[in-house]
Amino acid sequence: MKRILPTVLWGALLALPWWLPAIGGYTALGSKVLIYGIATMGLNLLLGFTGGLSFGQAAYFGLGAYGAGMTLKYLAPSTPLAIVVGTMAGGIAATLLGPLVMRRRGIYFAMITIAIGQLFYFVAVRWNEVTGGEDGLAGFARQDIHMGNSVIALTETNLYYLVLLCFTLAVIVMWTLLRSPLGHTWVAIRENRRRVQFLGIYVEHYIWAAFAIAGFLTAFAGTLNALLFNFTSPQDLHWILSGDFVIMIVLGGMHEFFGPLLGVLIFVVAQDYLSSLTSNWMTFIGLIFILIVLLFPKGLLGILGGGARLA
Amino acid sequence: MLPKITRRQLVQTGAVLGASTVFAPAKLAFGQGDVPIKVGMHDPLTGTYAAEGDSEVRGAKMALAEINAKGGMLGRKVELVVEDDSANAGLAAQKAHKLLEKDGCAFLMGAVSSATALSVNQVAHDKKVLYMVTGGHTDPVTGSQCHWTTFRVCTTTYMLAAGLAGTLYKKFGGKWYFITPDYAFGHTLQEAYAKLLKGMGGTVLGNSLSPLGTTDFTSFLIKAQQSKPDVLINLCDGQDLVNSMKQAAQFGLMKQFPIGGGLSELEVLAALPKEAKVGWWTLEWWWDQPNTPHVGDWVSNYQKTYNDRSYPSARTWFGYAGLHAIALGVAKANSLESQKVARALEGLELPSEIKLQPNRVYFRPGDHQLMSSEFPGEIIQDGTYPHLFKVADIVPGEKIALYENETGCKLDYQA
Amino acid sequence: MTLLIFNAFNGLIQGVFYALMALGLALILSLNSVINMAHGGFLVIGAYLAFTLSPYLGFWGALIISPILVGVIGMLVERLLVRPLYKRSDPLYSLLLTFGIALVIEDLTRTIWGPQGLPLEIPDIINSPVSTQYFFITGYRLFVVAVTATAAIGLYLLLRYTLLGIRIRAGISDLETTSALGVNIYRLRALNFGFGCMFAGLAGVLAAGVLGLTPPMGNSLIMPSFVAIIVGGVGSLLGALLGGLIIGLAAGITTTYYPAASEAVIYLIMLIVLVIRPRGLFGEQGLFE
Repeated sequence: MKRILPTVLWGALLALPWWLPAIGGYTALGSKVLIYGIATMGLNLLLGFTGGLSFGQAAYFGLGAYGAGMTLKYLAPSTPLAIVVGTMAGGIAATLLGPLVMRRRGIYFAMITIAIGQLFYFVAVRWNEVTGGEDGLAGFARQDIHMGNSVIALTETNLYYLVLLCFTLAVIVMWTLLRSPLGHTWVAIRENRRRVQFLGIYVEHYIWAAFAIAGFLTAFAGTLNALLFNFTSPQDLHWILSGDFVIMIVLGGMHEFFGPLLGVLIFVVAQDYLSSLTSNWMTFIGLIFILIVLLFPKGLLGILGGGARLA
Repeated sequence: MLPKITRRQLVQTGAVLGASTVFAPAKLAFGQGDVPIKVGMHDPLTGTYAAEGDSEVRGAKMALAEINAKGGMLGRKVELVVEDDSANAGLAAQKAHKLLEKDGCAFLMGAVSSATALSVNQVAHDKKVLYMVTGGHTDPVTGSQCHWTTFRVCTTTYMLAAGLAGTLYKKFGGKWYFITPDYAFGHTLQEAYAKLLKGMGGTVLGNSLSPLGTTDFTSFLIKAQQSKPDVLINLCDGQDLVNSMKQAAQFGLMKQFPIGGGLSELEVLAALPKEAKVGWWTLEWWWDQPNTPHVGDWVSNYQKTYNDRSYPSARTWFGYAGLHAIALGVAKANSLESQKVARALEGLELPSEIKLQPNRVYFRPGDHQLMSSEFPGEIIQDGTYPHLFKVADIVPGEKIALYENETGCKLDYQA
Repeated sequence: MTLLIFNAFNGLIQGVFYALMALGLALILSLNSVINMAHGGFLVIGAYLAFTLSPYLGFWGALIISPILVGVIGMLVERLLVRPLYKRSDPLYSLLLTFGIALVIEDLTRTIWGPQGLPLEIPDIINSPVSTQYFFITGYRLFVVAVTATAAIGLYLLLRYTLLGIRIRAGISDLETTSALGVNIYRLRALNFGFGCMFAGLAGVLAAGVLGLTPPMGNSLIMPSFVAIIVGGVGSLLGALLGGLIIGLAAGITTTYYPAASEAVIYLIMLIVLVIRPRGLFGEQGLFE
């Protein structure tokens, strides 16, 4: 059973534009789930596997989104370029800021990530002429992809497949990383930081690496988000979005590889469904937070025994 | 472990799927005799603008009842699907996708937050669906970012300024100090006022930009007071307006100089404590119009429908007029195709029982902006709800709006 | 120049408000080890309860009763939801739990009282400027300072001279030993949480006098409180107090030159403190690190 499961899952993802609308979903929702999946799984490298309580990850998501949007709007009408620029923007920012962050732990780590995040938010909101300020960045649209002689129009469905492709790439990267010595060191740091230090390993550098890589991945997700909606706004940088990322990870199981994806699925779908049903959906989301924390701290995947256990 | 997908397979799959979407609209056209027409509405029902969003939805629902009572659109029943966007642009765009793809809405409407109006504007344009913006004020919606799909009911910032500027100048003088909320709506409103003021011979003494959501306006009020203006122009809206006025009252500034401003609304007036109920503002619609036909009936109708002692506000009217406008456009075009309805709406004038104001109210062809009136006037300090405002004049929109070629709008119909 | 002084002064008054919030937050953080993201929510409850009670009890009655009620609600929340988390070492859980509680509070507030802004009327005696030159020092703002000072002094006296206060201090210092000495730490933590929420409720009533009441009003006030704690030093109540004043002052000064940055400067200060000296002014080294 366990062997067929991955194939079934990938099959379901491939066929999504057919079955999702039939059960009351819509393709953009599927794309959003995968995009947030990349973002949260990237964050989880830091949060779940290294133990870094980052509450400012949305900053890099937003940087990716703005990077992509601004590329399309001001630089060149090229979707691949937009993705690359956005990812680099977020990733490089995370790499440069890593040294500030890497020496702290616990609540200090959390607060420093929040501070950084809010400073980026501030820039996005104030730099009106370039970013559009509070109104957000509009006036750009994802461009068709030219590959040799063929042109792929990025319709909703085709975009979904592009996102799926990116998701697959991201998964491969993360999987490989986590099975490498780097990944094992991360887990060791999470379990017993002091011991790793005594082994002569400079823990801060590993945290820096985790922070930077998480930044790249989250920014990558951000670029795709901008392409999906042809729009981005400062809310994509706000600490509330960061908090949402964290709760999705905890919901699904932060010690599981695919935990965050499951968390995203439940959260995004629940939010989408509930907010159409009742204007009190915030209460339900809040209750979900509370119940998960109290009753299922290992997350749902954690209880179910885990799909792809790595640590 | 991972199934091997080659790029080629992916491209081929994508191409096939892309091709298949061509057939989708054809499928929808068959056998639609008794299937209702859906209009998707997005508005904030939670968060800071929940009160305004709620009002807009109420208005739309009133229109819905009336439209269906008269046989619906093209003889089919109309349904209104409402989604909460929490004033979050990303969520609004997501819900727009949902309304179109999952619910199969033929048209979109809504918005309180300008950012949501812009993000959904983008979606509507991508999907080539008519979008009636009810309450998102930022100028680019019918200006630099206009699209053929998009129409707007509420007025532009230029119209807001132009409605009141002359009155303030004549009454109080030409030295003005501005407190401007620091985002696009505030900036354009202030620029409009400044331009009009200079045109009349006045001077801008200063302009304080207050970040959106500021809770403490003291430093701006200090600067304002030091400049000794003839009028303090407070362009904040919503909760910012409430807080800044409250603080101005506590500082005793009301006694030092008159205060005027930009947009206000019933929801905001109701939230002001007594000492802050001061000043000259512009509303976009007001319920107390004894000389205008149909208004009294509409207000009674509202109260019968909702029965909670509240009164309809401009927002209620936006939702009401917005949905009716769509219905009128559909009737005139005799079609549900967005492009045809859009063409039909250009120049379309709202009849008396829908426009609920004197003056000609119509959608301007060049930018799809509704030429509705502004209602400048003064707050009644001792007033209790709903008698909170005294309208000084009802200024026709077409007289005060920017000319079509000045808005920066270039409609992008495809051949 | 006068503008700078005015703004600095006003910033200090704002800072007093942040200090009040930060005190409650610090209490809860120190003894309960809980990062209370719902603190803003308790502020909102305090404000709305004051709104509901003031027609019956008047402003002064509401000022006293509302925070007490919020304290009681806080104790209930602690008993039902927070207590199970004490065994867990990761502060992440309390953060997420209180995040969820904050969402519920905001939504319930909107459901019960409606989304529109509501005004709180404050008595005329305190509601006027003290002088025409310093018009912005209104009676009400001085009142806020006075109430906060009273609350802070009251807390100090409680901690210094009462049995409960000594136990709280002991608990902050070493909870396990305190328990071993026979103190009922469950009750202690419950009461402490209640006190913290009471401060938030009080801040809510005071805020309502300056701002309008809306369900999301707590959101913008909670982050500065966290910053205040970091700047002043996690684990130090005096630090929380001073931290609040400092960031208020900084925001006020910034407003003179670059008002758009007044909120950002708070985060910038926090960033600098965290990079250079994470324990802040008075924090203990190694705590939470």
